[in-house]
Amino acid sequence: MPTFVHTEKCDGCKGGTVTACMYICPNNLMKLDTARMKAFNQEPDQCWECQCCVKACPQQAIEVRAYQDFVPMGGAVIPMRTDSAIMWTIKFRDGEVKRFKFPVRTTPVGSIDPYAGKSAPGSLDDNLLFTETGKTLPSI
Amino acid sequence: MTEYSFGNPEIIEIDTDILIIGGGMAACGAAFEARRWAPDAKITLVDKAAMDRSGAVAMGLSAINTYLGPDRDPADYCRMVSADLMGITRDDLVYDVGRHVDDSVHMFEEWGLPIWKDKSTEGVALKDGGKPVRSGKWQIMINGEGYKTIVAEAAKKALGIDNIIERCFIVKMLLDKNEPNRIAGAVGFSVREHKLYVFRANTILDVAGGAVNCFRPRSTGEGNGRTWYPVWNSGSTYAMAAEVGAELTMMENRFVPARFKDGYGPVGAWFLLFKSKATNGFGEDYVVKNAEMLAEFAPYDKATVVPTCLRNHAMLKEMKEGRGPILMQTPDAMAKLAETMTPQEIKHLEAEAWEDFLDMCIGQAGVWAGNNIRPEKTPSELMPTEPYLLGSHSGCCGIWVSGPEDLNSPAEWKWGYNRMTTVKGLFTAGDGVGASGHKFSSGSHAEGRIAAKNMVKFVRDHKDFKPELKGDIKAITEEIYQPVRTYLEHKDKTTAEDVNPNYILPRMLQMRLQKLMDEYVAGVSTYYNTNGKLLEMGLNYLTMLKEDSKKMRAKDLHELMRAWENYHRIVTAEAHLRHIMFRQETRYPGFYYRADYPKLNEAEWKCFVNSRIDPDTGDWQCFKRPHVDMVEKRYQGQGH
Repeated sequence: MPTFVHTEKCDGCKGGTVTACMYICPNNLMKLDTARMKAFNQEPDQCWECQCCVKACPQQAIEVRAYQDFVPMGGAVIPMRTDSAIMWTIKFRDGEVKRFKFPVRTTPVGSIDPYAGKSAPGSLDDNLLFTETGKTLPSI
Repeated sequence: MTEYSFGNPEIIEIDTDILIIGGGMAACGAAFEARRWAPDAKITLVDKAAMDRSGAVAMGLSAINTYLGPDRDPADYCRMVSADLMGITRDDLVYDVGRHVDDSVHMFEEWGLPIWKDKSTEGVALKDGGKPVRSGKWQIMINGEGYKTIVAEAAKKALGIDNIIERCFIVKMLLDKNEPNRIAGAVGFSVREHKLYVFRANTILDVAGGAVNCFRPRSTGEGNGRTWYPVWNSGSTYAMAAEVGAELTMMENRFVPARFKDGYGPVGAWFLLFKSKATNGFGEDYVVKNAEMLAEFAPYDKATVVPTCLRNHAMLKEMKEGRGPILMQTPDAMAKLAETMTPQEIKHLEAEAWEDFLDMCIGQAGVWAGNNIRPEKTPSELMPTEPYLLGSHSGCCGIWVSGPEDLNSPAEWKWGYNRMTTVKGLFTAGDGVGASGHKFSSGSHAEGRIAAKNMVKFVRDHKDFKPELKGDIKAITEEIYQPVRTYLEHKDKTTAEDVNPNYILPRMLQMRLQKLMDEYVAGVSTYYNTNGKLLEMGLNYLTMLKEDSKKMRAKDLHELMRAWENYHRIVTAEAHLRHIMFRQETRYPGFYYRADYPKLNEAEWKCFVNSRIDPDTGDWQCFKRPHVDMVEKRYQGQGH
């Protein structure tokens, strides 16, 4: 299910050198055509269909089209993500539409303070992780 | 000022106490742990992609597969892992993951990961006694679409953004000039900017994931990218460690997941949570039907859960004898569950079934939508995939490491710092650690933390070490950039640059590797069969392929990344081939068969197969290491 970009919706992230899709793609596939200021998938058959770029696109310009070597045409799976939830629209080939919504996070994005409220680390010479200070580890 | 360009990269040298290569779960765990123990040390993390969405959890996950909770004993966890991997695992390493993993899961929940709870303890955190919804004895259900973004945020905050280099691909590690068998640095390049990086480090964590696409995949068109494990995991962890002389272990082991056909969507929730059955095309339970055949692999067939490879073995028999398709009987399962449910609960159940895909394998949802498959109405086909090499899921290939010193393990399992390889100062975790599978996402994070604490200790104990890189750095950086030089030198000699006798495209090199691994080293086209003669021939072809890898071209930085990824795949594939050649038995039927040694041979082969490349000569040696059970194993349905 390689990604494709709707020409009219993509604004090249307003002239930035790294678009949102380029920033996030785990396989370095999304590329900006600087002449047209439009992003595209430079290697569609290496796309894992993780939809990370689709979720990140501020213009909702990216979608995936099912792999044509094994999926009949006409279906679609489209995410709409906020910081706390994701809404999925699933369109079947026969036209039926299903919608599902799931939480993605219980805390505000950016709120993690990794060491807040954690006791000081114990001894570097025992087997306890820093959050396990004071525990007794089982052993065999 | 020099203008850097394609063919003329800037060389950036960085000195650091700790270098973390990778950005996945193990790397994030390491960053979180290391900084706490060493607030003033220089810790640098280098990721080939962007940490928010890199590694095997990039897309998300619908379950955490390793969580013990207050009622489970790490010794039982050792029993489960050992049985699934046909008896040859390191109890010390597995036990160690088992006793630490819950702490990482508790952190995930604290940071914001939604974890499903039993109705009796809704809203109560796991650490405060909340009861998770278990899909299996060791697995818990989550709303995990954002799993990696959450874990990455904690790691990034811990380390500080200035200490993280994204889109930098490390391709080689380097030994020290003065001290033999001592790690000293690594080199790589930016896949976005004209920059080559040279790192000097006191200690390195090699956590760049498992190996995907060493074998020809079942889908060779656009669907090539729809691999079960992440398509960007190219075996870098194993290849780079092997080339500096780190001892590898169990590289013959592979994982062949039986998944929903083509989309490779997860089956775990269907089997465990929805209690679905899988049958052959005629409605027969193929595991029950073939119990007698599986008994040839006793005692492992008597494990509480039949080992994954044996279930594949039974499935393959049905397929080979023409009794396909293998079907997950989803309508039966949903109808049965619905018998006792309200319409609202049934709707919720349907959402859970879809979420299982949408959280971690969206492509499978696309396969269902495109084929008008509704699980309550239509059964779905299952298919064993192409082989994958990994150490954190239901596989155990990887690097041989020192274990925890407080357990009653053999002395030769704890020669140094916990999770240190046989190369001094070089550590690994997650997919990198061999002989200890079933860590999954949570165990990999915990193992990264274990390694990191020991790396901080290592730095404390070796604070006077000044790394000096062995070899001519100029020549090494030139070697990395060779595919670019090759392209620039020859591209205009033919009218169509993709067909040129002076170079090979990384893509063609990958296809050659996949074809030969498939046909000679037990891929899907031979129903996972090979023998000594095929392997010998395969090694000959692989050797020539490795020679030709020096003639890869790179027309841009993206293709330079592909070139080196494929070089790493070749080295990993060679380890896999050599180990399979060395182990003269069939230990993992259903994953691969040595047709010339079709039986399990406990007397001679219940041992680790390890290997090592001599970094000076390039010679590859395979050898046995004795296996010991630290936890008594049971195979009579007494539970793990």
